[in-house]
Amino acid sequence: MYHILLVRYGEISLKGRNRRMFEDILISNVKTALQGISIGEISRTFGRIYIETDEWEAAAERLQKVFGIVSLSPVLRTDLDLDSIKDAAVRVMADTNASTFKVETRRPNKAFPMQSPEISRTIGGHVLKNFSHLQVDVHQPDVTLEIEIRREGAYLYSRTIPCLGGLPAGVSGKGLLLLSGGIDSPVAGYLAMKRGVAVEGLHFHSYPFTTERSKEKVMELGRILGQYTGQESFKLWICHFTEVQKAIQKQPYESLRITLMRRFMLRIAAKLAEQQKALAIITGDSLGQVASQTMESIFTINAVTTMPVYRPLIGMDKQEIVDISRQIGTYETSILPYDDCCTVFVPKNPATRPTVEQALEAESGMDVDGLVNEAVALTELVEL
Amino acid sequence: MQREIYLDNSATTPVSAEVAKAMEPYWSVQYGNPSSPHMRGVAAEKTMNHCRRTLAELLGVTPQELYFTGSGTEGNNIAIQGVANIPYNRKNPGHIITSAVEHPAVLHVARYLATIGWEVTYLPVDSTGRISPTDLQKAIRPETRLVSIMLVNNELGAIMPFLEISGIIREANRERQTPILFHCDAVQALGKIPVDLKAIDCDMASFSAHKINGPKGVGLLYVKRGTGLRPLMYGGGQERGLRPGTENLPGIVGMTRAVELALENLQTNAAHMRRLRTRLIEGIRSIPDSAINSPMDGAPHIVNARFAGIRGEVLVHFLEQKRIYIAMGAACSSKSKGRSHVLEALGLSSEEILNSVRLSLSPDQTEEEIDYVIESLAQTVGEIRSIYS
Repeated sequence: MYHILLVRYGEISLKGRNRRMFEDILISNVKTALQGISIGEISRTFGRIYIETDEWEAAAERLQKVFGIVSLSPVLRTDLDLDSIKDAAVRVMADTNASTFKVETRRPNKAFPMQSPEISRTIGGHVLKNFSHLQVDVHQPDVTLEIEIRREGAYLYSRTIPCLGGLPAGVSGKGLLLLSGGIDSPVAGYLAMKRGVAVEGLHFHSYPFTTERSKEKVMELGRILGQYTGQESFKLWICHFTEVQKAIQKQPYESLRITLMRRFMLRIAAKLAEQQKALAIITGDSLGQVASQTMESIFTINAVTTMPVYRPLIGMDKQEIVDISRQIGTYETSILPYDDCCTVFVPKNPATRPTVEQALEAESGMDVDGLVNEAVALTELVEL
Repeated sequence: MQREIYLDNSATTPVSAEVAKAMEPYWSVQYGNPSSPHMRGVAAEKTMNHCRRTLAELLGVTPQELYFTGSGTEGNNIAIQGVANIPYNRKNPGHIITSAVEHPAVLHVARYLATIGWEVTYLPVDSTGRISPTDLQKAIRPETRLVSIMLVNNELGAIMPFLEISGIIREANRERQTPILFHCDAVQALGKIPVDLKAIDCDMASFSAHKINGPKGVGLLYVKRGTGLRPLMYGGGQERGLRPGTENLPGIVGMTRAVELALENLQTNAAHMRRLRTRLIEGIRSIPDSAINSPMDGAPHIVNARFAGIRGEVLVHFLEQKRIYIAMGAACSSKSKGRSHVLEALGLSSEEILNSVRLSLSPDQTEEEIDYVIESLAQTVGEIRSIYS
């Protein structure tokens, strides 16, 4: 029965002169998300977007994955006469299971002969007559029946579908996400996207030490994350990391292998980020979760670059990360049991307090720049 | 380019040209449903009956004792759960004996039965991967209803002492009102060692077509007359109600041809594979710090070996670059992170288990190919060890 979706976006309407640009990006992301769904006109007024569509449920499902949208309401539009509005009010209220309600009316179209409070009272009375179980509660109603008297007609709605909030994907600039295939990194990417980052993935592949299936798995994670980018595809960079791994295995400090591996990953990421004009690297580090995520390790690993490294999960417990991962749909893929390049090379006793000096000492026999340049050169782009 | 050498024949095998040719007419020409009343259906039914008779003759049983299934796993489930579904057993869950080294299609069914009130005994194995008949004898209780033991272990190739097993069961059944039933998972035995169902004297045996150059998605279950299994699924009554669902005629025809070929050539194939296996084992032994997990007197097609310091998975991926395909543990268990329960039951350490791989042969492989595999193994093992040093 609904033919319009009302899209509310909170935060971006506050941002002064950038507002227009933010709205443009949001609408563009909305259009991308709705590809394949029949939609009519998209219009915006006062911090809201109205989308005409005959498939509002399918559209709402897609828009629930678009950052920047706070909530949605399916809207019933009717002619600008009181009887039509009354009928529509009954239909909209029949679509709720509320026991208390109130009516709120806005009247941007001042040509309509009744004033807002009067419309609310009249329609409220009509609803009460039609639903014996309903009561009015103006302070804490179960639902609010909203009526907007506009030039195009009267808009009525009562349902509010909460959405993700955040900033429209892409408004903040580009970031490069280290995507391992585990539970954490897709969540980190998701949270960066939530703040408007245009995320691209970088995966380190160590074939033949790992299976081709682990790459497939990361590509699947990229596809899932891609639903939140507002873009038609998700860019995944695949770095062939085997030569670096071999070089790390050859240096004599076994307990430092993970530290060195992460330092190389970060160097490669920084170089690629620079080439691709990204402004940050994003990782799934959560403080203290594993040996490479202690404060000492992060300090020593981070010392290889001045590029900002965002760690959106730094303060989260594993369970919180798992919860988000389930909610965004990456969990089931993340737990597939294929090894990534860390697990095959993991030393028996990884250092938990490595120092920069130790790392430099271990790297002194390696051609660090050569390895990094070669790895960056061998990195290929997959558009998912 | 080096010809592909596929050494994972215990996981699956290619459909042989002869089998594919036999199946060909049954996709689009002889497409009838054996249950249909018209000539198309009758023709299909005739073909199916002919297949059943052929298989019965080859296996030395009656056609009425053979049921077409969808896989080896399905056969194992119908057999084991079918016993648990017998009305008396439903009301009085009993005791089942199996081994610690069964395929998951038996092991996980036993685990499931344990959740619905059954007691399960998992017999241990010795260093050659075999259960001890004495252990079986000791495990039998008044409420034992079923013994399910595989003929040939899929990871090691160990051949179970099945004649002694059935002897013990027969002996125990003399003094019992309800006999203990004996089920064999024969999936890895068919075409590799003689499978004489009468001599083994089992009540049920499961087979699969795709391990012997037949098609995937079709299997065979032998159920001795009078066993009284109850079905897991209900439907149109096909396969005398034990396995309803329209019969997979192309698959059945393919399986029949595959079994025919496998049994016709059993002696030649087994002798050839045994020669290759001996050669392969000797070659592996010449590689430093290696060990053979398989028993020497095992089935002719499986070699399970380990190379110290090398993860089986890594060896698999290095060798595939040379177009040599081998397995780690077993294909079914490498999808889950769990280590091989079979190698664990042998008493190997977790490091040794991680270092293990399985090579399984096909009769059409040559000694030259095996030599190339040995050479590649030696070279690759050396290469990987130099990286990890």
